[in-house]
Amino acid sequence: MEAKVQQFPPYRQPDAPHGHDAHDDHGDHAAHEHAHHEPNFWQKYIFSSDHKIIGIQYGFTALCFMLFGFFLMILMRWQIAHPGMTVPFFGHILEKVLGSGVAPHGAISPDLYNSFGAMHGTIMVFLGIVPLAFAAFGNYVVPLMIGAPDMAFPRVNMASYQAYFLGGLVMFVSFFIPGGAAQAGWTSYSPLATSIPTHGQLFWIIGMVLLITSSLLGAVNFIVTIIQLRAPGMTWMRLPFFVWAQFVTAFILLLAFPPLEAASVMQLMDNAAHTSFFLPTGLAVGGQLAHISGGGSPLLWQHLFWFLGHPEVYVLILPAMGIVCEILANNTRKPIWGYKSLVYASLAVGFLSFIVWAHHMYMTGMGTKISTFFQATTMIISIPSVIILTCFFMSLWGGSIRFNTPMLFTLAFLPMFGIGGLTGLPLGFNVSDVHLHDTYYIIAHFHYVVAPGTIFALFAGVYYWYPKMTGRRMNEFWGRVHFWCSLTFMNLVFMPMFAQGMAGMLRRMSDGGANYSAAVNSRAGAEVIGGLSNNMMSLHVWILWAAIGLGIAQIPFIVNIFWSMFRGEKVGDNPWDATTLEWQTPTPPPHGNFTQEMHVYRGPYDYSAPGHATDFTPQNQPEGPLAPKITVHAH
Amino acid sequence: MEIPYNVQPRPDTGLYNSKLGIWLFLASEVMLFGGLFSAYILLRVGAEPGYWPHGWLDVRFGTLNTILLALSAITTLLAWVACKVGEFGKFKFFHACTIVLALTFLGVKMYEYHDKWIHYEIKLADGTFADGHMESAVYVDKSGKELESHSYRGNGFTEVTDGVTNSYQLASVTIDGRIVKDETLLYDLRSQKNIPRDPVTITADKITSMENYGPWHNTFLAIYFTLTGLHALHILGGTFVIGYMWGPGSKMWKTNREQFTNRIEVSGLFWHFVDLVWIFLFPVLYLT
Repeated sequence: MEAKVQQFPPYRQPDAPHGHDAHDDHGDHAAHEHAHHEPNFWQKYIFSSDHKIIGIQYGFTALCFMLFGFFLMILMRWQIAHPGMTVPFFGHILEKVLGSGVAPHGAISPDLYNSFGAMHGTIMVFLGIVPLAFAAFGNYVVPLMIGAPDMAFPRVNMASYQAYFLGGLVMFVSFFIPGGAAQAGWTSYSPLATSIPTHGQLFWIIGMVLLITSSLLGAVNFIVTIIQLRAPGMTWMRLPFFVWAQFVTAFILLLAFPPLEAASVMQLMDNAAHTSFFLPTGLAVGGQLAHISGGGSPLLWQHLFWFLGHPEVYVLILPAMGIVCEILANNTRKPIWGYKSLVYASLAVGFLSFIVWAHHMYMTGMGTKISTFFQATTMIISIPSVIILTCFFMSLWGGSIRFNTPMLFTLAFLPMFGIGGLTGLPLGFNVSDVHLHDTYYIIAHFHYVVAPGTIFALFAGVYYWYPKMTGRRMNEFWGRVHFWCSLTFMNLVFMPMFAQGMAGMLRRMSDGGANYSAAVNSRAGAEVIGGLSNNMMSLHVWILWAAIGLGIAQIPFIVNIFWSMFRGEKVGDNPWDATTLEWQTPTPPPHGNFTQEMHVYRGPYDYSAPGHATDFTPQNQPEGPLAPKITVHAH
Repeated sequence: MEIPYNVQPRPDTGLYNSKLGIWLFLASEVMLFGGLFSAYILLRVGAEPGYWPHGWLDVRFGTLNTILLALSAITTLLAWVACKVGEFGKFKFFHACTIVLALTFLGVKMYEYHDKWIHYEIKLADGTFADGHMESAVYVDKSGKELESHSYRGNGFTEVTDGVTNSYQLASVTIDGRIVKDETLLYDLRSQKNIPRDPVTITADKITSMENYGPWHNTFLAIYFTLTGLHALHILGGTFVIGYMWGPGSKMWKTNREQFTNRIEVSGLFWHFVDLVWIFLFPVLYLT
C-alpha cells in the first residue's frame, strides 16, 4: 500500500525554537544529517519507524488476513450447506495443496473443517480486527490527534509490527505443515488441544506468543504516547473520544493478555514437555489411557483463556466506538452528546471487562455460586455499554446529517451493534444460556457485535481517514454500493442463525448437523433425535449464498482502495471540515507530523459554534467562541 | 525529529517516557507471573490428598539465591546512585558486582535443576517404590555382553559404531536413595528426619516404570520448572541488558550522561522487579 510521504523534511529547522530539547546539543546535528539522508524503498516502507507508515503496514496486512479469514469461512459454509461434496472451483486446488488426506476429491474433511474453524477465529480476531482497529488506526491517528511528532518509542513500534507479521506468518505456514493447522478451535481448549497428535497446535501457540508480544509492546507504546506526548493544552477532557477509546483498549491489552501468555506457555509445556497442567488424572485419548502424570485442571485453561478472551471483546469494540464517535460528530455537525459520560462509561467498561470472563463457562460445572456472581457482573457491564450507545443515538438528534459513505457505515453500526449487544443478554443469564450455549445463536450474537458492528466501523474509518493518508477521497458511488450490499448480505448471513440456534443447531458440527438431524434413536421407537427441521437445515444453503454475496460486495471496496489512490478526487488538508488535530496538518502529514508546534485551545467537537464564520472550529484555533453548552429541555 | 520527554521528565506527569514505559511493562509482567501463580494455587488446591510435594527443594540453595539477588538489588541501586553523582568508576564496579551475582544465581539454579534431573522415582514390580539419585545404569547387548555403565538412557538404546548397529537393553540401575512401600512417603519429606541414602541396585526385570523429576513427573515440578525457568529467563535477559550498559552501551556516558543515567534507572527497575518475583517464588516453592 502506498502513502506518498514527502522526502523527510526536517521536523524543525535548526534555528527553530526548541521547547524541551534545548539541552540536547546534538539536535541540530541530527536534524542536519537527517535532511541529507535519502531513504530507499525498504527503509521508507518496510523497515520504517514512522507511525504513519507502520499504521498503513498494519492496516494492509490486517485487511489481507481478514480477506483470507473470510475465504476460509466461505469454504466452511460450503461444507456446512453441502456436506462432503466437492468444493466447486477451489476443490482441486485444496486437494493439490493440502493433500488428498484432508481434502479427498476436493471436499473438506472434518479435520480440515476443524482447522478452518479454529483458524478463521484466530485470524479474524488476532490477525485481522485487533491489528486493524487498535494497531492500524491507533498508530496512524492517535499521535496526529494528540499533536505528537510520533509514537513515544518509534523503534518499539516497528518491533511490534514485525512481531505481529512473524506471528501471522507462523499461523499461515501452519496450514501447509503435515497434519495441517490447529484444530482445537480458536479457544484451544485443553485437553483437546494437547490430544490431537499434529504439530498445528504447536505452531498456533508459538504464533500466539508472538502476537501477544506484539500487542504488549503496542499497548505500552500507546499508553506512554497518550500520557506523555499530548500537545500543550491537550488536557484529558479535550482528547477526542477515539484517543480515549484507544487508551482504555491499550490498558485492557496490557493487563489481560499476559495471563493468556502464561497459559500458552503452560500449554506449550503440556504439548512439548509432556507436563500435565491442563490434563486431569485418568485422561483417556482414543480409548487408551494417556501416558501422563495427570493432576492438572482443564478448567484452569478456560479461566486463563477467558480472562483474556472476554476483555478481548472490548478490545474489538472500543476502538470501533471511537471511530464511530469521530465520524458521528463530524457528520452531524454538532458536539457529541454526553462527551464526559462517554469517557467515564468507557473507563467503566474497561474495568468491568476484567470481571465477567466466566460467563463463557456456565456449562463447565464450575458451580452455581460462581455462575451467579458472573451473571451479575455481566448484567452490570451492559449499563456503561448502553450509555455509550445512547450518547451516540442522542448525538443524532436535531443534527443536519451528512450522509456520506463513512457516515452510512457509522449509522449502520449503531443498530447492528445494538442487536449484537441485546442478544447477548439471554447468554449472560445462566438459565437461558443452558439452552443457547454452543449453538448457532451465539455465533450470530458475537458476529453481530464484531462483523456488522466493529467491521462496519472499521470500513467507516477507512473511508474517513483515507483522504488524510493519500490526499484523495474514495469514490462515493462505489462506497455506497459497498455499504448497501454489505448491510443487506451481512444481515442475511447472520439473522437466520438466531433461528437455527434457538431450534437447537449446535456449532462446530462439520456437516452442519446433517448426521445429527438424520440420526434415529432405535430404542425410542424410530424417533429422530436431532429434530432439526428441514426448514432449519435448508437455511444453511441460504446463508452460503448470502455469504458469497457478502464476498462479492467487498470487491467494490477493494477496487476502490486501489483505484482512488491514483484516480480519486483530490482534496485538501481538511476535506471533512473536521475539528481534530489530524486534519490541521498537511496531507499526507510529513515526517514529524506537524509543520509547527500545536497548541490546543478547545474541546474536540467544536461544531456549529454560533457567531463563528465556519461551522467548525479546529482544536488549535485560539480565538472564537466556545461551542454552546447543551441544555436539555424538560417538557 | 525529536520525541519530547525522551530524557527530561514531562512537568505535569513528572516522568520521562521510558520510565513510564517500564512501569507499564512491569504491570503486564505482574499479570504474567500472576497467571502462573494462580495456576500454582489451583493445581495445589486440586491435588490428590498426599500427593502435593513438601520439602522437595533444598532450602539452603533457595536461601543462598535469595541473598544473591538481594545483594544484586543493592548493587544495582548503588550503580544508579553512582551515575547520578557522576562517579563512573563506581558505576562500573557496582554493576560488575550485579552481573557476577546474577550469573552466580543462574549457576546455583542450574545445579538445582541438574539435581532434579538425575533424581529418579522407580516403580517396582512388587508394588514398592525406589527413589534416589541415579548413580549408574548398566546395559547389555543381545549376546549379554555388558557395555560400560552409563547414566540412564531409557530402557533400550542403539549405538552405531563403524557402521555396525548395536542394540543395548537395560540390565540394572543403581541409585543413591531408598525403597519405600507407601508412595506418599516420597511426597511429604518435612515429617521425615534423616532420610536414609544408600546405594540400591535394581535389576531391570523388577522395574515397572521409572521417571526422573522432570516437569512431566507431576504438576508441582511442572509449575516449579515453568515458574523458575521463566524467572531465570528474565534474569538472563536482565543480565544481558545490564551487561550491555556496562560494556559497549557505557560509551553513552561521554555523549549523553543524563540519558545514560535514565537507562540505568529503567533497567534497574526491571531488575528490582525480577528480584521481587523471586521473593514470592522462594516461600511459595521452597518453604511450603
